[in-house]
Amino acid sequence: MSVQLRSQINEASGRAPARSATVPVKIAAENVNVYYGPKHALKAINLMIGEKQVTALIGPSGCGKSTFLRCLNRMNDTIGICRVEGLITLDRENIYDKSIDVVQLRARVGMVFQKPNPFPKSIFDNIVYGPRIHGLATTRDELDEIVQISLERAGLWSEVKDRLREPGTGLSGGQQQRLCIARAIAVSPEVILMDEPCSALDPIATAHIEELIDELRENYTIVIVTHNMQQAARVSQRTAFFHLGEMVEIGDTEEIFTNPRDERTQGYITGRYG
Amino acid sequence: MSNEHIVRSYSLELERLRTLVSQMGGLAEAQVEAAVSAVFRRDVEQANQVIGADQRVDGYEREIDAEAIRLLALRQPMGLDLREIIAALKIATDIERIGDYAANIAKRSIPLSQLPPVRPAQSVPRMGRLVQQIVKEVLDSYTAWDVTKAIAARARDNELDDLYTSLFRELLTHMMEDPRNITPCTHLLFIAKNLERIGDHATNIAETIHYVVVGTPITDARPKNDDSNFAVVTPPSEQPASGDNK
Repeated sequence: MSVQLRSQINEASGRAPARSATVPVKIAAENVNVYYGPKHALKAINLMIGEKQVTALIGPSGCGKSTFLRCLNRMNDTIGICRVEGLITLDRENIYDKSIDVVQLRARVGMVFQKPNPFPKSIFDNIVYGPRIHGLATTRDELDEIVQISLERAGLWSEVKDRLREPGTGLSGGQQQRLCIARAIAVSPEVILMDEPCSALDPIATAHIEELIDELRENYTIVIVTHNMQQAARVSQRTAFFHLGEMVEIGDTEEIFTNPRDERTQGYITGRYG
Repeated sequence: MSNEHIVRSYSLELERLRTLVSQMGGLAEAQVEAAVSAVFRRDVEQANQVIGADQRVDGYEREIDAEAIRLLALRQPMGLDLREIIAALKIATDIERIGDYAANIAKRSIPLSQLPPVRPAQSVPRMGRLVQQIVKEVLDSYTAWDVTKAIAARARDNELDDLYTSLFRELLTHMMEDPRNITPCTHLLFIAKNLERIGDHATNIAETIHYVVVGTPITDARPKNDDSNFAVVTPPSEQPASGDNK
């Protein structure tokens, strides 16, 4: 299975496309419906997430984009009244299958939230918590290595390497968010889900996270929910627009923001949404 | 273009940008008309008016640039708004060039009016009328976002190229007939070239309108009928029988 990518501008100018024409599918959602009690929150969603790509989910509040994101690592399981129907596969494996260990799944599909939420522990302990409970590392040397690599990948190592024993909550907001990303990375996930990771950060901290997202897509598949359309435009290769529980349109990011096909997308991105 | 923005001032600013482009187009259109008429009527005063008014065309371009840059910086436009603002920048550049060509035609009409009339000068108004029609139709289609009309006007550029090529040959023939024709005919040649270039800028504008409305660049290459690049007219001495072909 592969996602066909359109890149009209490149085709028209005859230049080689900036990205390969096809990328393997990491996550596939087929006919996904989600209900919160009687409320039909997501309606027949079909969506492919390409491997080692950033896919942005945009849409007005309550459109279902966060609900969809939370389906991808079964975070919705924790909500009693929530019912998920349809098929979601990770590497072609049904993640809602009975044989799936949800804890293992969440190690493969990590998550970063809107508000930085480091544990009330040291920076070091924040990072090693996941690897310890998953049994990925036991010796001090192994843990040290994981801490350094994770913090380096999250672009935080140089800022905190001399104060790893200090509480994670003592960092600035932007640093805390990068700590949370480092914590997600520490268990070697394949996919990172980000739910408005920059909405609580200032523009400089936001720029650091965006730069980080750009680097992380070398190694990880990233799905990001954002209300900031410029951010979606800057960091993602594919963008999906959600509206009233439907996935209205998905396409190459540059196409969605310069020439969307659907009137509702056009209205939303240009600020005409009523 | 479609319904209003949630932020009303944004819609108003876009509307203002659109108005500026339309006004600039209208002015350039009038400049072309006046310049062609100055050639035909040998009217130095009108020529000087056209030359003087070119500053106003340039002023519009600066104003449109400033307004477009401001919108890009402050509104971070997306989708059709983005396309429209980029289009305004491009169209203003094309109109500014059209204005320059009109001013150049007016300048050349001044020495031309002091020289004895030459016959090919009769063909200039015909070419001028066609250019004016194309420019007008393209600018009308900008105001109405009528892509069909824009593309139809763009196709008419071929007729213009044909007229230019035939005028080019006619002028060469006249210069060969009598060296005293060389000065006026050279001015007329440049005037014809300027009109032909105005047509090309009008087709650019039509293509930009296509981009705004459809969202993708126009892909079909416009067939070019300007064969003057390859024109050869043999002097009468080498070909005594034919001479000039009127």
